[in-house]
Amino acid sequence: MVEIRDGKKVLVTPVSAEDLADIKVGDVIYLDGDLMTCRDVAHRRLVEYGRDLPYDIRDKAIFHAGPIVRPIEDAAPGEPDYEMVSVGPTTSMRMEKFEYEFVKQTGVRVLVGKGGMGPNTERACREFGAIHCVFPAGCAVVAATEVEYIAEHHWEELGMPETLWCCKVHGFGPLIVSIDAQGDNVFERNKVLFNERKDEALQVIDEQVSFIK
Amino acid sequence: MSHEDQVRLMTDKMASFVGHVAKVLPDDVQEKITQMAAAETDPLAKSIYETMHRNMQLAEKLDRPSCQDTGVLQYWVKCGTGFPLMGDLEALLKEATVQATFATPLRHNSVETFDEVNTKRNVGKGTPTVFWDIVSDWDGCEIYVYMAGGGCTLPGHAMVLMPGDGYEGVAKFVLDRMTSYGLNACPPLLVGVGVATSVETAALLSKKALMRPIGSHNDNERAAKMEQLLEDGINKIGLGPQGLGGALSVMGVNIENTARHPSAIGVAVNVGCWNHRRGHVIFDADLNATVTTHSGVEL
Repeated sequence: MVEIRDGKKVLVTPVSAEDLADIKVGDVIYLDGDLMTCRDVAHRRLVEYGRDLPYDIRDKAIFHAGPIVRPIEDAAPGEPDYEMVSVGPTTSMRMEKFEYEFVKQTGVRVLVGKGGMGPNTERACREFGAIHCVFPAGCAVVAATEVEYIAEHHWEELGMPETLWCCKVHGFGPLIVSIDAQGDNVFERNKVLFNERKDEALQVIDEQVSFIK
Repeated sequence: MSHEDQVRLMTDKMASFVGHVAKVLPDDVQEKITQMAAAETDPLAKSIYETMHRNMQLAEKLDRPSCQDTGVLQYWVKCGTGFPLMGDLEALLKEATVQATFATPLRHNSVETFDEVNTKRNVGKGTPTVFWDIVSDWDGCEIYVYMAGGGCTLPGHAMVLMPGDGYEGVAKFVLDRMTSYGLNACPPLLVGVGVATSVETAALLSKKALMRPIGSHNDNERAAKMEQLLEDGINKIGLGPQGLGGALSVMGVNIENTARHPSAIGVAVNVGCWNHRRGHVIFDADLNATVTTHSGVEL
């Protein structure tokens, strides 16, 4: 579902392919609902070892992130037993080799992380109707305060960063769309520009560093 | 004070300092980020800087680590041979790391290699890492605390160039890394470059370079010139905050160097993210601590 709140576009889970149709790279959006942290080992378990995720993320969002959490003392049974302290995105590119299969198998709609992803993810976004967004990295306290609570957690044996922390979020963002559901990729576009500018910069430097004579 | 009490005192002071470094950025980084934000005109870049500032304020106010990735702790020690706790330092820094892990709290970031098990205490075989410089005829001790997340660890790279590649080769090596890996490493970055003989000597220098204050320069005139040329060159690429484009790319470029073998130029690059958590403290022989990087901090 899409909501406009205080002039901001908010995706609310469950998210459909139609909800993503008008969203373009460079747009800034927010998220309400279900967001599960998911990174290297969980991707590998699903894609390489064929293990099902213990939490259904169809039409929901994942966050490439390994948080700092703190146990809540005296939590009543059935109540949240961990508090989110600090959670920012990790490098999404590490998940690139798994992401096509991952999106295909899970039906996840929104991938949140940092930095660019490559052709596997572009293809997944285009074929299955998903997007990749950047949460400003290093802004982990901002993100943590947008997590209402941790509803479930799974695969704790992987340690704090790799555990699947299933969060309820409200106004989670800003999320900058880096790959849209058409497969357009802002980082790949920027790379071309950055490389052109790099070549110009190197020419200027080269003229001034001939120290070996 | 008994020797045992001295060890306890220094352990507590270091644990407390590690916690502070995780939550509050050093003065030079805060100042530089503010300057760079002011130079941006692009609305997206400006809004990212605003989020970064909000994060700095929230981290301090809510007393939480400013980034969730609190790294594998590194301690760069410069110890006088007369410092009373020289022989205890490695063990007490390990203990301070465990203490800070639970008190701060820090993320559990020490995974035993091959066993592939997280120790859940931030210490393991060889971690935290302690690098040593020994100073004769001194009874004090300086320590840099550094925590780098995985994101800004990934661009790290070292290789040995042939002399024919020259310093032009060094520049290309550094700039290539910026457009391939740098944009994912949470720019604006602080870039450390090591120039020496081999991969390990250059690599160590490139990380050590990140301990230097932003805006400081190499003592060698040509090396200082190259720092400025690289800084200007990388800024012209316009990575912007988060690599999404903007007026600037880096907080600075610091080069550290040694003499080299005539047949080889070892070069390495290491980057620090914008959330550059580096702290510096000097202990005297009575364990009075002076923090130089964070104003208003007393241990």
